[in-house]
Amino acid sequence: MSKILEVKNLRTTFFTHLGEVQAVRGISFDLDEGGILGIVGESGSGKSVTSLSIMGLVDDPGRIVEGEILFEGTDLTKLDQREMTKFRGNEISMIFQDPMTSINPAFTVGNQLREVIMAHSDLNKEQAHERALELLRMVGIPDPESRIKNYPYQFSGGMRQRALIAMAIANNPKLLIADEPTTALDVTIQAQILELMRDLKDKIQSSIILITHDLGVISEICDKVIVMYGGMIMEKADINSLFANPQHPYTRGLLLSIPTNVTGKKKRLVPIEGSPPDLMDPPSGCPFSPRCPHAMEICLKKAAPLFKISETQEASCWLHHKDAPEVKGFVKVEGDLS
Amino acid sequence: MSERIPLLEVKNLKKHFISGILKKRKVLTAVDGISFVIYKGETFGLVGESGCGKTTIGRTIIRLYNPTEGEVFFDGDEIGQMSERELKPYRKRMQMIFQDPYASLNGRMTVTDIIAEGIDTHHLLEGDEKQERIYELLEKVGLKREHASRYPHEFSGGQRQRIGIARALAVNPELIICDEPISALDVSIQAQVVNMLEDLQDEFGLTYLFIAHDLSMVRHISDRIGVMYLGKMMEITTADELYENALHPYTKSLLSAIPIPDPTSSIRDRRVILKGDVGSPINPKPGCRFASRCRFAKPNCFTDTPELREINEGHFASCHYIEEINGI
Repeated sequence: MSKILEVKNLRTTFFTHLGEVQAVRGISFDLDEGGILGIVGESGSGKSVTSLSIMGLVDDPGRIVEGEILFEGTDLTKLDQREMTKFRGNEISMIFQDPMTSINPAFTVGNQLREVIMAHSDLNKEQAHERALELLRMVGIPDPESRIKNYPYQFSGGMRQRALIAMAIANNPKLLIADEPTTALDVTIQAQILELMRDLKDKIQSSIILITHDLGVISEICDKVIVMYGGMIMEKADINSLFANPQHPYTRGLLLSIPTNVTGKKKRLVPIEGSPPDLMDPPSGCPFSPRCPHAMEICLKKAAPLFKISETQEASCWLHHKDAPEVKGFVKVEGDLS
Repeated sequence: MSERIPLLEVKNLKKHFISGILKKRKVLTAVDGISFVIYKGETFGLVGESGCGKTTIGRTIIRLYNPTEGEVFFDGDEIGQMSERELKPYRKRMQMIFQDPYASLNGRMTVTDIIAEGIDTHHLLEGDEKQERIYELLEKVGLKREHASRYPHEFSGGQRQRIGIARALAVNPELIICDEPISALDVSIQAQVVNMLEDLQDEFGLTYLFIAHDLSMVRHISDRIGVMYLGKMMEITTADELYENALHPYTKSLLSAIPIPDPTSSIRDRRVILKGDVGSPINPKPGCRFASRCRFAKPNCFTDTPELREINEGHFASCHYIEEINGI
């Protein structure tokens, strides 16, 4: 399978007056054509900044300080704003978290849809209108002929998210980045939107990056996952390996801290003690080491490389090193680096 | 639960908000005739989607809102219509933990001032005793003595929620209304707070009304659960019974919509995806509130409002066709 996106050693930092916030600290991953990659992490893990970096939307005082983002071979970090505009909204598009604020309240839905369509095609106004209707129908908005004249406030939250998805897919993007697309929605609406995204992916044949904090959403829709923490990648795996056999203590901690549907007696939750790292002054070693139950001396000094556990799974944890003490469930890997 | 003594009883509670006048008058029926009981020492979970009225119920019970109709009994006394003066002793016995740990703490007050506010209002302790009590509370919720003189902005979301919990505990309440206390927190922090709430419940014999939309967490923490939809109670039963044997069509679809953190789960194939959006609580139509989205709806569902009835022992549901749907 060919790669549509390759991110190499990406480092994005915000130079604030209080100091440097190292939001993304040297991450590398790639996305297969037609794949759905999930990026999961808590607030401050760097997942959203990763997506903004790909979109070229990192604003002052933030800057990509290192690394490459290869989209079908083109390094997006080298493009200026004008060249980037050709990609953004066309080849690569994005769905944001909050459907209430990421849509302009002063224009009708149809107006905004037409704008997106006409910005990247030669269609005239009428053709764009037809295309807009088609898109609204595709995302399941009932009675699109009258709805297209509505202003965003006349839409419910779920419908606004549908309208935003319509805008995102308007130009058949090859890559669709969805940043917490269902977080602001109720659970029954979330189920509708996830189903819609699965449907659309087949229809428009795009690849998707889905960013979320919810492991449940990941397991619903993704085929591969990256687990981020403190601006770094902790684990990379296909979803079956990740959920069946997590190989990083953080992933394990996350899975243990959500209640499972075991019947009968109430089981006590196993939380991860402590709180996430301060990105102004991140720990010099593994970002998770201050909270990790297995932390060793080396973890505090030096972050582990990604150890290759299997063909489908990599984890950045020293426990996989051949000299590390035996911890149940963690696989030892020959050699140092993946 | 050997002896079940009701601590809080809500009877036919209604809370309507009115906007506009004359022809433009609109009535928003946030809570429309809800009845339930919370027994001493238990956790009653209240779930539902946004706009279903769950938060309004919490706020009406604690009298941040005055009820439009209906009664609220706290330990046998009707508090829904009491004057502020009559209510004061009861205020000490009910406390609330809010959803947003950033908005619910006054940024200009120190942690000591925040926690002491209730103690001062009720003239419980003074001077050194008060300070000692604040230290003790901070330690109870997993913070340190040194934190007492700091301001809220110096804390993370999880720590702020702990301060909010310490504030609620300060007056030794019997009932704590937890309004989405963990929804604003990160997954790894949620479990910390939930465990702490459980420990505090054991230690002080607290009763919780736990309002949330995260169904898996609600199941974990609750003994019994009520499911709301557009101001009406759809189903009430024990936590396990609800998840194993939900009777109401709305509860069923709500449960089946929960994303499951297990890619091999077979539940996905049996999923019922609800069509449409939650309706409007403004000038609602007669009949069952869920009828327009219900796949079992029949003509009389749109005209007759179903009553909450006991279907099995301790298992209540409001649907005309519950027996038919579930083959009872």
